[in-house]
Amino acid sequence: MTATFPDLYMSPRLLAPGGTPADLATHQQRYGPLAYGDPDGVLRAVAESGLTGRGGAAFAVYRKLVAVADAGRRTGRAPVVVANGAEGEPASHKDKTLLRLSPHLVLDGLQIAAQAVGADEAHLAVEDGASYLEAALARRSDPLRVNVVRVPKRFLSGQSSALAQYISGAAALPAHQDPPVRERGVRRAPTLVQNVETLAHVALVARYGADWFRTAGTPAQPGSALCTVHVPGREVRVVEAPFGMPLGRILPIEATTSAVLLGGYHGTWIPSPEAAQLPLDATTMGAGVLAALPTTHCGLTETARVLRYLALQSAGQCGPCLNGLPRMAAAFQSLAVPGPQGTTRTDIARWAGLVEGRGACHHPDGTTRLVRSALTTFASELDAHARGLCTATDRTPLLPVPQES
Amino acid sequence: MTHPAQHIDIDWAACQGHGLCAELLPDHITLDEWGYPLVEGTPVPARTAKRARRAAEDCPVLALKLAMR
Ligand SMILES: Cc1cc2nc3c(=O)[nH]c(=O)nc-3n(C[C@H](O)[C@H](O)[C@H](O)COP(=O)(O)O)c2cc1C
Ligand code: SF4
Ligand code: SF4
Repeated sequence: MTATFPDLYMSPRLLAPGGTPADLATHQQRYGPLAYGDPDGVLRAVAESGLTGRGGAAFAVYRKLVAVADAGRRTGRAPVVVANGAEGEPASHKDKTLLRLSPHLVLDGLQIAAQAVGADEAHLAVEDGASYLEAALARRSDPLRVNVVRVPKRFLSGQSSALAQYISGAAALPAHQDPPVRERGVRRAPTLVQNVETLAHVALVARYGADWFRTAGTPAQPGSALCTVHVPGREVRVVEAPFGMPLGRILPIEATTSAVLLGGYHGTWIPSPEAAQLPLDATTMGAGVLAALPTTHCGLTETARVLRYLALQSAGQCGPCLNGLPRMAAAFQSLAVPGPQGTTRTDIARWAGLVEGRGACHHPDGTTRLVRSALTTFASELDAHARGLCTATDRTPLLPVPQES
Repeated sequence: MTHPAQHIDIDWAACQGHGLCAELLPDHITLDEWGYPLVEGTPVPARTAKRARRAAEDCPVLALKLAMR
């Protein structure tokens, strides 16, 4: 079970306090009633708030809302809204935690966003389980009915075009995105795909306004974000932290920490002295996974395991991804074993260049980011491995990777 | 803001690496070590527009797209 200690970092905005799920009455008592203002008012408040998406890409929410609303008007088709709670990233728990503790905040945000873009259809996409969502929905009297969609448990299921495909009745695989999903998504209607945490923030901006939202974070990056924090030997925690807070205050970065994985499996490895000083930043935090690597463990072995998983998760639809990811993963596995390296490092660098930007989705790009950062951050370990040495003393796997079926 | 110009886009989920496009547009498309097209990112010049259209029409899986951006 994931522990939550949101109050360590700021007074919690999103997660129900005490780790107890908030039912509708508790939710309404805590946040007050939800008023449906005019859509333009909501759009203005979201624009002024500076809210960005929390699904990994930190795209301005206001710009996507306007693009979807415009596409709806232009095509004469009412848009579809999808709350993205797929959370395919194995190391991330924040969306599941949010949905479990504060489902009504997400559902409020979904209704507000749907109204803002003029949508006539709404979906909430989650992995298997979470039957409490139907129960929570049944208690509400929403203007728009919400359909709960259960997506396959895969890394790619939450990619926006894969979601649009799945809800349209096809396989949950990314598709060539031109025009983009926001213009042509679910059954070719303009489609707003928004991460569930993003929608929870929308619900608060609609209630309390942009100025309130900006009381957390920095002027350039206002607000806060949920982070999933992995520290060896401790329970995985989901915390809410304001942008700008040094990472060293969100997770302990000690002398025994060699590096921090920032942004999950599409993220970057950062050497720990540097990581401790880095502020929490929307453009580098991905979907908020932070993991500390202790000096007892081998960063190359950890990366190799994750890369194998990422390569297996490739939908195998696109030539460069199909060819490049397994090669990079296998080559990285050989680097993780001490011994002669031949041309392996230059091969990996070349394949990284070949897969980048050459897929129907950004899976190759995220994978490349992880690979490159590992080659840089663990350069001295790589050199040690080349001499036949490994400094790691503990071989138990750290980063979570689902069992292969 | 520059004027939108014609660019070559590959639908990577469709492309089978037939390589026909590289034969028709050797100045713009080469093949990588697995046989998949590497496209020059620059806009298609006017004198090549016709051949680019041909390549788009002749791609066996219609994976080569011409997009204005
Ligand atoms: C391979 C891949 C997997 C993704 N998985 C998720 C996911 O599980 N949940 C999510 O919210 N976004 C995921 N995304 C990002 C979505 O495509 C989309 O950008 C996001 O849901 C938009 O919401 P936001 O703007 O509120 O962040 C993924 C992207 C990629 C490339
Ligand atoms: S880029 Fe890779 S993961 Fe993405 S759709 Fe293509 S094959 Fe699948
Ligand atoms: S001709 Fe079509 S299928 Fe063949 S390599 Fe070019 S784009 Fe791909």
